[in-house]
Amino acid sequence: MSALLETVGLTRFFGAVRAAEDLNVQVAEGEMLGIIGSNGSGKTTFLNLATGYLKPERGRILLAGKETTGLPPRTITRMGVARSFQIPQLYLGLTVIENMLLSLAARAGEIGVWAPLHQAQWRAEGLRILGQFALEQYAERSVRELPEGVRKLLDIAIAVALRPRLLLMDEPTAGVSSEDKFEVMDTLVAVLRGSGITTIFVEHDMDVVRRYSQRVLVFDQGLVIADGEPHNVLSDPLVRTAVLGHV
Amino acid sequence: MSPRVRAAAVPGTLAVLALLPFVLSGWVLFLLTVAGAKALAVLGVVLLLRGKLLTFGHALYYAAGAYAAGMAVKYLNVRETLVLLALALFAGALLSALLGLLVARYRAVYFALLNLAFSMVLYGILLKFYSVTGGTDGLGIAEPTLAGWRLGGESLRLAMYELTLILVALLVYLAHRFSVSPVGYALRAIRDNEVRIEYVGASVWHTVYISYVIAGALAGVAGALIGISVGHITPDLAFWSQSGEFVFVAILGGIGSVLAPVVGSILFEFVRNYAFEISPYTWQMTLGVVLLLIIFFLPGGVWSLTHFVTRRSTR
Repeated sequence: MSALLETVGLTRFFGAVRAAEDLNVQVAEGEMLGIIGSNGSGKTTFLNLATGYLKPERGRILLAGKETTGLPPRTITRMGVARSFQIPQLYLGLTVIENMLLSLAARAGEIGVWAPLHQAQWRAEGLRILGQFALEQYAERSVRELPEGVRKLLDIAIAVALRPRLLLMDEPTAGVSSEDKFEVMDTLVAVLRGSGITTIFVEHDMDVVRRYSQRVLVFDQGLVIADGEPHNVLSDPLVRTAVLGHV
Repeated sequence: MSPRVRAAAVPGTLAVLALLPFVLSGWVLFLLTVAGAKALAVLGVVLLLRGKLLTFGHALYYAAGAYAAGMAVKYLNVRETLVLLALALFAGALLSALLGLLVARYRAVYFALLNLAFSMVLYGILLKFYSVTGGTDGLGIAEPTLAGWRLGGESLRLAMYELTLILVALLVYLAHRFSVSPVGYALRAIRDNEVRIEYVGASVWHTVYISYVIAGALAGVAGALIGISVGHITPDLAFWSQSGEFVFVAILGGIGSVLAPVVGSILFEFVRNYAFEISPYTWQMTLGVVLLLIIFFLPGGVWSLTHFVTRRSTR
């Protein structure tokens, strides 16, 4: 499999704090990669660097061989990288379907001033995508009224609506109850595998990582300290000490 | 209200408004013309407010439109109202397109005060370049024509009322189209979350910039309408208190509809004029009390009263 995302010597410090140093990561097309690590280990920084929200001090980022280093998020998004956030980033004053329609209009490159946003074909597609996430009953409701778990799914649905080649999810099950987390992840994985989207997800829940990732990267103080299959990585004493604080 | 009733209500209302000159006095017609013209500038302020962009310098484009018309009359001897309005629209759009390159990068108090600063720079220029702008004396816009017809006195008042009505109807419709377009929604989305806009591949700066230029163009037309209707323009059109008045009227009317600035502007002009007539020395206090009442009891502006009416009629 060829590398869809590749970072070479990626480095970023916040003052004296090392958030990423000499990261050489390759993510293959179609892969589902989990990233784990303790708080402040550099997981979210990696997502922020890969999507252009932060600029690296050194190193390069390549998407399917094309340089994306230093490009703004909107350009990287147009190149096929979408993301969801630890705290859902939504338009609270708009309805669920309007949140979705803005994604579809942006994907079509039709952020114009004349044709209406509420177009039949976009609405149909928006409702279809919401249906994949079991969110269609919320379509006409204001996002402000939604519970946190629903917002989380909508945040991911908006990213999926962009038809990305690569999706980065920051803690997709954060804020979801322990009873619902596997149901949420089953739904997500079914949509992502069905769409052939390469996925990187940051997660704190080891059960979720073990069950849904094909490969795991372990971050510790801005470094990758382990890389491999979930079973091997999660049983490594070094990883257990770094992530869980015990062997 | 059903779509069919609503579709019939628009031409019906416009027809009634077009026939008002037969029943209203010249003074009231003039007041309605002024209110309609200023409503266009307020409409621009309202569009920006939907994106949480408060400007305290929108009179900049209002004055630019008025002076574009005034200077065309004085230096180019242009008399045709339609040409003057086109020049004013162009002046408002061009100036906002230039300044917007910088202003659209700022938010909150910086956006508000940067606009204020630019408007006061124009005020200073209009005041000090006496030989060109007439300084505090201003410029006269005398003997305009409309489609070749020379206007003056009653004919000017009537023509400007009808022309303002047509322009307000047209530009409010275009503003509505803008509001329901992807850029219109993106502007409202910016109010909540600029980060997500960039992460769907759209440009926050581009959205703000387009909205800013549209708002500037609307104010330019408003300035020319006022200049031609009054027949005289002064640097006060660019003064900060004029920008404050636009914000006042925007809050008074509300930002819930593109029609709200029209309602707010008419209400403002009548309250101001009657307040001045009744109590010449405390009319500003009357306006202040009206605004306080609106903020406390109708935070969505006068337009929010329509929600109560709609809710009651659907019960």
